[in-house]
Amino acid sequence: MKHYVIIGNGVAAAGCIEGIRSVDTEGSITVISAENHPVYCRPLISYYLEHKTDPERMNYRTPTFYADNGVTVLYGRSAEKIDAKTRQITLNTGETLPYDALCNATGSSPFVPPMKGLETVEKRFSFMTLDDTFALEKAITPESRVLIIGAGLIGLKCAEGLHGRVKAITVCDLAPRVLSSILDDTCAAMMQKHLEANGISFLLGNSAKEFKGNAALMQNGETVEFDVLVLAVGVRPNTALIKDAGGNVNRGILVDDTCKTSLQDVYAAGDCTEYRDISAGTDKIMALMPNAYMQGHTAGVNMAGGAAVFDNAIPMNSIGFFGLHCHTAGSQPEGCEMFEEADEHHIKRLFVKDDKLTGFMLLGHMHRTGIYTALIRNQTPLSSVDFARLRVEPQLAAMGSAYRDHVLKGAV
Amino acid sequence: MKRIYVKEEWCLGCHLCEYNCAFANSGLTDMVKALRDKPIYPRIQVETDAGGVTYAVSCRHCTDPICVKSCIAGALSKKDGVIEIDHEKCVGCLTCVLVCPYGAVVEDGSGIAQKCELCMKNSCGTPACVKGCPNGAIVYEERQAVPASD
Repeated sequence: MKHYVIIGNGVAAAGCIEGIRSVDTEGSITVISAENHPVYCRPLISYYLEHKTDPERMNYRTPTFYADNGVTVLYGRSAEKIDAKTRQITLNTGETLPYDALCNATGSSPFVPPMKGLETVEKRFSFMTLDDTFALEKAITPESRVLIIGAGLIGLKCAEGLHGRVKAITVCDLAPRVLSSILDDTCAAMMQKHLEANGISFLLGNSAKEFKGNAALMQNGETVEFDVLVLAVGVRPNTALIKDAGGNVNRGILVDDTCKTSLQDVYAAGDCTEYRDISAGTDKIMALMPNAYMQGHTAGVNMAGGAAVFDNAIPMNSIGFFGLHCHTAGSQPEGCEMFEEADEHHIKRLFVKDDKLTGFMLLGHMHRTGIYTALIRNQTPLSSVDFARLRVEPQLAAMGSAYRDHVLKGAV
Repeated sequence: MKRIYVKEEWCLGCHLCEYNCAFANSGLTDMVKALRDKPIYPRIQVETDAGGVTYAVSCRHCTDPICVKSCIAGALSKKDGVIEIDHEKCVGCLTCVLVCPYGAVVEDGSGIAQKCELCMKNSCGTPACVKGCPNGAIVYEERQAVPASD
């Protein structure tokens, strides 16, 4: 009987468990969970603040998930060291745990840049975990003025979650636009306008350089007073265990398309990894929940002796604020051509290079977008489809009758 | 397992399947009350190709469903081959719409996602699109995969 160990208890770990069990129903699985919660939907923490969900519904799987899959979860414990030679893990409690196959699914941690006087801020929070969220919720009142450092996905989702529960929300970011990692200037401007119309204030191209208690001295000399501070600058992959064990690590843990690290019998999945974005042809950190699951599942199948690859990863985001949604996927490589359609309430930008759709940004109208995503993921030659029709509306009708027969006339 | 398949040579392009789907999932017993003067949000979409051929597209209940793997709310699952959405868990992030390669998961008009569940959760019994198709262009049966060809 094989002994599987998974370090981490997020969605990549859940994928790994399900991947292992799709091949091996006998082996033992141990999960090391630093957080004292069963696997939950991390991106839903803002929806929790909005009262759109609750901790029970935020559980990623059923209450019997671990029992059904024969998994032992070690809650409140973390791994301190991996010895890849003896195939053994040392825990923070001093215990050691042997493994036959290991998955490092350690996720990422909030990155806090050095800012003078940060320790003088009494109410400061990250916004990554359920416990962060409970702590933040406890600290706010209807009179709170909240300053959020970071206008990325986490910072803005936090702003939406807090909206209506506090007096004022200001978001600042060094970048000159909101959601700078996924939107270009035009799309970001539409989203910013919408957020402002919903009462969120912005200080962009500007960030806090010093804190004195409840006052932030901004880089442009302005002072912003606040009651609660949220730090949402960014996240960094948790790579230390693999790095210390001698594995190949760049900014993230390097994995191949079987999700294997450079260490024997050690796999990695989720936000801690760096892997190939096929739309750009480069290795990236793509800390995205769907990819985390798919990596975890791939790792699990391979750990159990099956054969799986995750060889079509792309960055993709579906995110909305106050009813304005956006879908983005892929990349905009140097020299790509842009096809655009836009009016006051929606923008569609498709990016094409070398007869392939490499990426898109859509704001406002999300209908059957996955047909576009599949074009990127499958690297479909656009000369083989009716791209003029597809540009107008995603539809299988433009994909040719052979593809249609394959999809609609038999099991897929 | 039984799935919904279309016979495009029999499809009239009448869109009745879309109306029958919206009605079956409305929870109402009167079709007029359910559909009159309202935009409909069916879980099946009629497409027309460049040559005027029409056919309906609904969830393929994929063997390896990317929507289930991608759901950030744990709201999509596969039970006995049927891919279902737990509407209580869905928060409307629409990641499933972003990843479904067939455009078969759509927004339901209230901000959350919906998809064909083979009328297993409503009172219809057999899929409403199949039952109501006037020309037998939508069928519900067991089939094997059709190999992809160039």
